Amino acid sequence: MLLASKIIARSGLVLTILPSLLYLFGSIELPMVKTLMAVGTVLWFIGAPMIQRLSQPAS
Amino acid sequence: MPENPVSTPPKSEYERERVPDSELKGANKFWGMYAGEHAAGTEFMIGPLFLLNGVSLQNIVFGLLLGNLLAVLSWRYLCAPIATGARYTLYYHLEKLAGDKLVKIFNLANGVLFCFLAGAMITVSATAVGIPFDMTMPSIQDMYPTSASFIIIALAVGLVISIVASLGYDAVAKFANVASPWMVLVFLACGIVALRELGISDWSGLNKVWTESITFAQEGKTETTMGFWSVTFFAWFCNAAMHVGMADLSVFRFAKKPSYGWATSAGMYVGHYMAWISAALMLAVQIKLSQNADPVAGPMANNVAGLAGILCVIVAGWTTANPTIYRAGLAFQAIVPKASRFKVTFAAGLIATLAGLFPAFAWKLLGFVGLYGTILAPMGAVIFFDWHFRQKRNAERFATYQNSSPINVSVMISWLAPVLAAFYFIQFKHIPAHFFPLPCWLACGLLYLAMNRRPATTNA
Repeated sequence: MLLASKIIARSGLVLTILPSLLYLFGSIELPMVKTLMAVGTVLWFIGAPMIQRLSQPAS
Repeated sequence: MPENPVSTPPKSEYERERVPDSELKGANKFWGMYAGEHAAGTEFMIGPLFLLNGVSLQNIVFGLLLGNLLAVLSWRYLCAPIATGARYTLYYHLEKLAGDKLVKIFNLANGVLFCFLAGAMITVSATAVGIPFDMTMPSIQDMYPTSASFIIIALAVGLVISIVASLGYDAVAKFANVASPWMVLVFLACGIVALRELGISDWSGLNKVWTESITFAQEGKTETTMGFWSVTFFAWFCNAAMHVGMADLSVFRFAKKPSYGWATSAGMYVGHYMAWISAALMLAVQIKLSQNADPVAGPMANNVAGLAGILCVIVAGWTTANPTIYRAGLAFQAIVPKASRFKVTFAAGLIATLAGLFPAFAWKLLGFVGLYGTILAPMGAVIFFDWHFRQKRNAERFATYQNSSPINVSVMISWLAPVLAAFYFIQFKHIPAHFFPLPCWLACGLLYLAMNRRPATTNA
């Protein structure tokens, strides 16, 4: 479960930053950047709190 | 600006005692904390305000580089060594030197300033929340609320923040910790998208667009009110209360070594460099796309990052305003200890909400931040000079030291005399406030030392 949460959260961060770089180099258009960043945001806010919750008992 | 709750140590933990060695934290916690803490709601305002003040590209790039370095050095060599030596909170440390009643007066000043800072963040958040409601955005000329929709949304945002802050901030602190890495990346992404939107491929292109944006914002002029040293001093002292003002004694008392002070460089160069420049570029994009130079965070972020940008403004404003109101409540509660924390914090939230109705507090953020440092930072000089010249860096001796008076008059005079002189120059000579934390800090420390020449004794 922790591994799945980490994958979801890190995918979210990648989708937050990568589209802007692709846009900078002309690979995608701005509306796609905004969509992917929104998806990344959702993934991060699903995954990161789960990591926080699952990591707490261990710490 | 440091406003994230993660910087605040856990409640009721060693507030009036030395932090034991078993509770010391590793360096990674400090690096992560500072990196997230300084990517806050205020960054959305400060970067664009530099551009509107006509700061040249060279001055913003190199002025911020130097100013942030000086801020990091202040944390590392002025604040962290005392924090890891004495291991007390700012307030307990100060109470030992200044007396409990003078600390309450200091708390009152702190609380009032916190309310206005939170108010500016409520304005920032309201501009993002208002986008789906087609709210009329305030312009840079507007000092007062401009529309019914703005008033309703700002009131709603302020009330929600006030209630959450009054209930305690544990949940918000956890949320802020979760949001921090994402917010940093959204700031970075906004800057990258803005570069492409502006059609920039090299330094000269960026310089041309930057100058054109200033010319548009200043209606044909290219006058600057901030040169290289102004930018440097602003960057150095916008967190003056935290480093030379010693507020971060409360943070670094948990550090194993003073070298952890270097962790602040993560906050300075992520939040006060990358994020400020990104936010300034977002305004340049808005000027290019819609010929609008109003530094309204919500629409600016929406232009380059869409929903993620809008959410970033709301989250950054919220995670800034919430702990700020909480801290203001704590400061006020020290003055009226019998009142419940909920009521006092909610009252602080209402003051902040009222301030948030006035966009002027957001537009004047540069001046306000300078004033904040000028008022609060000098007290740090009392701690610094006392620790090095009177306590001789002896933690055991300081542990048993207690000033006998509830108001140490020498501390009060040392604090207020330079601050009142600075008020005169700021108000009547119109010298920018960010130039005054340094002279006030030095004057305060030297005055304190002059009035307390003998080394401290344990029963002073």
